[in-house]
Amino acid sequence: MTTSKQNIEALIKREYGAGFVTDVEQESLPPGLSEGTVRAISAKKHEPEFMLEWRLQAYRHWLSMQEPTWAHVRYPRIDYQDIIYYSAPKSRKDAPKSLDEVDPKLLETYEKLGIPLKERELLAGVAVDAVFDSVSVATTFKDKLGAMGIIFCSFSEAVHNHPELVQKYLGSVVPHTDNFFATLNSAVFSDGSFVYVPKGVRCPMELSTYFRINASKTGQFERTLIIADEGASVSYLEGCTAPMRDENQLHAAVVELIALKGATIKYSTVQNWYPGDAQGKGGIYNFVTKRGACRGDGAKISWTQVETGSAITWKYPSVLLEGDNTVGEFYSVALANNYQQADTGTKMIHIGKNTRSTIISKGISAGHGQNAYRGLVKILKGADNARNYTQCDSLLMGDKCGAHTFPYIEVKNPTAKVEHEATTSRISEDQLFYLKQRGLSAEDAVSMIVNGFCKAVFKELPMEFAVEAQKLLGVSLEGAVG
Amino acid sequence: MLSIKNLQVNVEGKPILNGIDLEVKAGEVHAIMGPNGSGKSTLANVIAGREGYEVVGGSVTYQGKDLLQLPPEERARAGVFLAFQYPVEVPGVSNIYLLKAALNAVRKHQGKSELDAMDFLTLVREKLKLVEMKEELLYRAVNEGFSGGEKKRNEILQMAILEPKLAVLDETDSGLDIDALKVVANGVNTLRSPERATILVTHYQRLLDYIVPDRVHVLAHGNIVKSGDKSLALELERQGYAWLTQDSARVSA
Repeated sequence: MTTSKQNIEALIKREYGAGFVTDVEQESLPPGLSEGTVRAISAKKHEPEFMLEWRLQAYRHWLSMQEPTWAHVRYPRIDYQDIIYYSAPKSRKDAPKSLDEVDPKLLETYEKLGIPLKERELLAGVAVDAVFDSVSVATTFKDKLGAMGIIFCSFSEAVHNHPELVQKYLGSVVPHTDNFFATLNSAVFSDGSFVYVPKGVRCPMELSTYFRINASKTGQFERTLIIADEGASVSYLEGCTAPMRDENQLHAAVVELIALKGATIKYSTVQNWYPGDAQGKGGIYNFVTKRGACRGDGAKISWTQVETGSAITWKYPSVLLEGDNTVGEFYSVALANNYQQADTGTKMIHIGKNTRSTIISKGISAGHGQNAYRGLVKILKGADNARNYTQCDSLLMGDKCGAHTFPYIEVKNPTAKVEHEATTSRISEDQLFYLKQRGLSAEDAVSMIVNGFCKAVFKELPMEFAVEAQKLLGVSLEGAVG
Repeated sequence: MLSIKNLQVNVEGKPILNGIDLEVKAGEVHAIMGPNGSGKSTLANVIAGREGYEVVGGSVTYQGKDLLQLPPEERARAGVFLAFQYPVEVPGVSNIYLLKAALNAVRKHQGKSELDAMDFLTLVREKLKLVEMKEELLYRAVNEGFSGGEKKRNEILQMAILEPKLAVLDETDSGLDIDALKVVANGVNTLRSPERATILVTHYQRLLDYIVPDRVHVLAHGNIVKSGDKSLALELERQGYAWLTQDSARVSA
């Protein structure tokens, strides 16, 4: 018994590999939040009036809101006056026109993270937008995509170059009054990514954003807006890391997806924010609002997430199935070890007829980790023949962790069909011994079992990111022999 | 190859093996027979290094090394293979992936390079024929939804691919029909060679019609009460275990 427990614990206690700090001169606002802060951020970004107005509306609304307490997570009170709301590498003032002009130290950071921008530009066919602290540093492949009419740029650029699109869609899925953290984001968001895929265009490559929090005491509030016009399709991936710091850092992002008639958006996340140390000190508070709207008939939105980092994860990527025959999917692997807490899941709101949703959630709890699945499946009156299938599995490693499931189902249409399956299991001694008897080390054996447990989700990730995700779980890729 | 001296093992404080002596030389096939609860499976599991068995006395030497000091994965890499009585399911992990990982672990230990995908597949297909298994089972999750017979064939497939020095088959014959039994026997016989040894743990003589053992040992109440050649197995078939186990009960009483 004891040896394998040690083995499991050793695996769990892998050190955080992305915990370095990059020494780049930063230009920051002083800590604190007021109407002045909001105005200063907007001014720094030379935003048009409509953007400032929107931010101020959000800020004023936020003042009337209470921080939510319903999630199955515990953390000390966040002092919102002690956070820096804007921080940017100084050289940004003379904004880089191409990768050659980007501070080599920043590029080095991304190399360390395994995101060689240059290489990707040349070889991999992945267009990357990298957000470092608050600003977008470099967007690769812009020209090639531009030729097809695809807009892939930082949010700030979109505000300047495509204000009509921003004005039309910003807040149309997650309104500025939505929830405490989304509203805060609406007031102070600094940058993020913007994607627009025009009618009938299939984006020929994966689009990708990497977020990194570098400066200390900095909150990151990025905003991503993706629009797939009629018949368009796009696959998008975000990855995230942060340095190891003793204090907790706040990350409150908002992602809005809009899929018009017949469009498909696939959004994948590999989240590896610093989770805090083995004693639970430090780490990112990840309070994120992600929501997509299938706004036209036959649209499809698919969320895939692999959540291995953050001290606290509070996140429910959701789909509003507005059009008829629309499809929503949510595939999730969430790992909570040491003192990590994850409260994550999804909301599938069936509004149109013949709407379908699938939810596959795999929670892994280890150490003192607490992992909660929280999901809502709502079938509205007009949603004839709606279908939902939910499968929610928990894997426990060790005896100090916890797994919790909070499924909510609201059905207002009698033709609906809703299925929910849930299992909780432990890595069994029998499995471990069986694999060790075939020559595998305890670590490889655990990896293999965990990997198998997550397979249904990993297979939804784009190939090269599946590799990344499995590395994150400390496992090797299940080779596709034959 | 394998030398067991005065091996005493407790499970949860209760003595299960009470001083086993066993010498297995390279090239030999030994059958360990005995009634239920005699300690046969305990012996197999202790050789493989399963947790939960407390060795309170004696020694197990394998190729000159103290086997009991090695963790199970190192025993496996050094050529000790246990065909499980109850093969374990590993959901989401394909059978072929486990085979490849296992083979590479062993090859790495032997200082050999990993087999490339083509060579590996060629090897696996050849061994599939030996155990008369359908190729589609390679791509299913390990043992998940396999019938009893398929699970046992799968154990033999793993053995045939890993080519262990010392194979221990723990009641691999139980629950098999005659065709599957022949397949298992064929697998073992194919592997038989002057450098290898096999220990067959079995309840019935039936398997020994197809795999002719060099030595037969009868285990009862944690002791080897009788050893002999293959004729001993036939005698057991005729007379049952009672005449031997009563003896040993009297001795230990």
